[in-house]
Amino acid sequence: MSGAVDTGVAIRTNRVTRTFIYLFLLLFALFYLLPLAVMLINSVKPLSEITGGNMMALPDVWTFEPWREAWSSAQIGVQPTGLRPYFINSILIVVPAVAISTIMGALNGYVLTKWRFRGDTILFGMLLFSCFIPFQIVLIPMARVLGMIGLAGSVPGLILVHVVYGLGFTTLYFRNYYSAFPTELVRAAQIDGAGIFRIFYRILLPLSGPIIVVTIIWQFTNIWNDFLFGSSFAGQASQPMTVALNNLVQSSTGVKAYNVHFAGAILAALPTLIVYIVSGRFFVRGLMAGSVKG
Amino acid sequence: MARPVQSDLRTRLQEWIPKIVLAPSVASMLIFVYGFIVFTGYLSFTNSRILPTFDLVGWHNYWRLFQLPTWTIAVQNLAIFASLYIAICIAIGLSLAIFLDQKIRGEGLLRPIFLYPMALSFIVTGTAWKWLLDPGIGIEHTLHLWGWESFHFGWIKSSSMAIYTVVIAAVWQSSGFVMAMFLAGLRGIDNEILKAAQMDGASNWNLYRRIIIPQLRPAFLSAFVILAHLAVKSYDLVIALTGGGPGRATELPATFMYSYTFTRNEMGVGAASAVIMLMTIAAIMIPYLYAELKEPK
Repeated sequence: MSGAVDTGVAIRTNRVTRTFIYLFLLLFALFYLLPLAVMLINSVKPLSEITGGNMMALPDVWTFEPWREAWSSAQIGVQPTGLRPYFINSILIVVPAVAISTIMGALNGYVLTKWRFRGDTILFGMLLFSCFIPFQIVLIPMARVLGMIGLAGSVPGLILVHVVYGLGFTTLYFRNYYSAFPTELVRAAQIDGAGIFRIFYRILLPLSGPIIVVTIIWQFTNIWNDFLFGSSFAGQASQPMTVALNNLVQSSTGVKAYNVHFAGAILAALPTLIVYIVSGRFFVRGLMAGSVKG
Repeated sequence: MARPVQSDLRTRLQEWIPKIVLAPSVASMLIFVYGFIVFTGYLSFTNSRILPTFDLVGWHNYWRLFQLPTWTIAVQNLAIFASLYIAICIAIGLSLAIFLDQKIRGEGLLRPIFLYPMALSFIVTGTAWKWLLDPGIGIEHTLHLWGWESFHFGWIKSSSMAIYTVVIAAVWQSSGFVMAMFLAGLRGIDNEILKAAQMDGASNWNLYRRIIIPQLRPAFLSAFVILAHLAVKSYDLVIALTGGGPGRATELPATFMYSYTFTRNEMGVGAASAVIMLMTIAAIMIPYLYAELKEPK
């Protein structure tokens, strides 16, 4: 890896190296694209073309029947309802859970950075650690508590679970973001007689756009993709999309309708994929904020 | 006379409001996280089976846990899975980041392609790879159709190799994210230092080996911690990809905990396994978080 020295960029590469680099990157692009491409191609084929044919070949007969079936008539559980009701469940869980945990996280982050008090660092440390616990440690008591308060197997029960275990992350995001804000601004407003909430609404919130987007994306992705809580705490009628998809794919009765499975998998992936495509930059920033301190 | 009293009340209220705002979150954390940890910890010392009981049996469940062949397999599998998953993700992530950092045309197109798997749920990832790795219909079948008749790739059906298919799918899902972490680190390195070293005759290889990669230490540490904690928590992917099989070949502590607690009616043993999982993660996370929190002061 020797290259011509230049005044511009430090690392320079010659033609052979660059060809190798491009090949390497393209090979990995194929590796990452392959599963999704295969699922897409095969979700618009009749089943006979899948079992007998080549997974890489484009369909001879294009059909959207697998999509229709996955959405509205595939057998999941007892009824042939398709994935639609579970998709709706996921939305019913995700929207309030994201909203509540984001609002609470914003207030927590604000208080933890601008209204400090004794022990707030320890409190924050405990909150931070709670983000990383393996959820297996809370499954048994959570099942008990949901039963006791009458929310077992229900959508509100799952909302509660996701809010409770999302708070650590949302607080972390807002705390890191607000800690870069000049505290003098808050003090000045305080001297002018503004109360704690007024300062929040008038000064911090209008400048919080980016971190709100990041937090919402993070929470949306995590909750939409959750499987453990969904499979542990949901009843038949409140199952989220991931659990229903798994039931559809694992169902062992009859012939495996691969094309329907693929259409279902893409349906389950679609909301987070759309979020990723629409707001890729923020999505990455969100992932990074969850791992590296902001 | 009235004013000081009023303002005194106001300041006192001002002092209390922050605590009131935090109270619901703190209470929920104390109950749902730390309270529950204590509860599960307690259950691990009881003879709970299908339902929690409160009859203490000492270390019996832990003793039993370590006698169970399934648990031994799960721990061994986790060791294989975690070490390969972490090592391969870091190797691929670092390579992609270094290569992407060479003023690559089309970087804007490649980067999102490398990263999008991270947006998918492990259930979707598992569904896709389960099929690609299925010898009768996936990659093996396709290569046969393309004329490479002798190609054989049946890992997912083999009890000694199935755990490696979990590694493949997990690496596919997470390596792009590791790439993003390293890329952010690379972009933060001062070009001037590199140019100076180059004037002194350092080759690209030496620049990376001596200057750039050592400067990526924080990115290595973060990547390791995040990947290690993801590995210990891995559950969904195994369920979707192999269901723990064939036989017990891809059982991990997370799947072990679930099945012993909820389907095999051995809640005490399940609780004990959850405690072990928590301890493992705490051993990784607490020093890391401690260092992260302490630094800025």
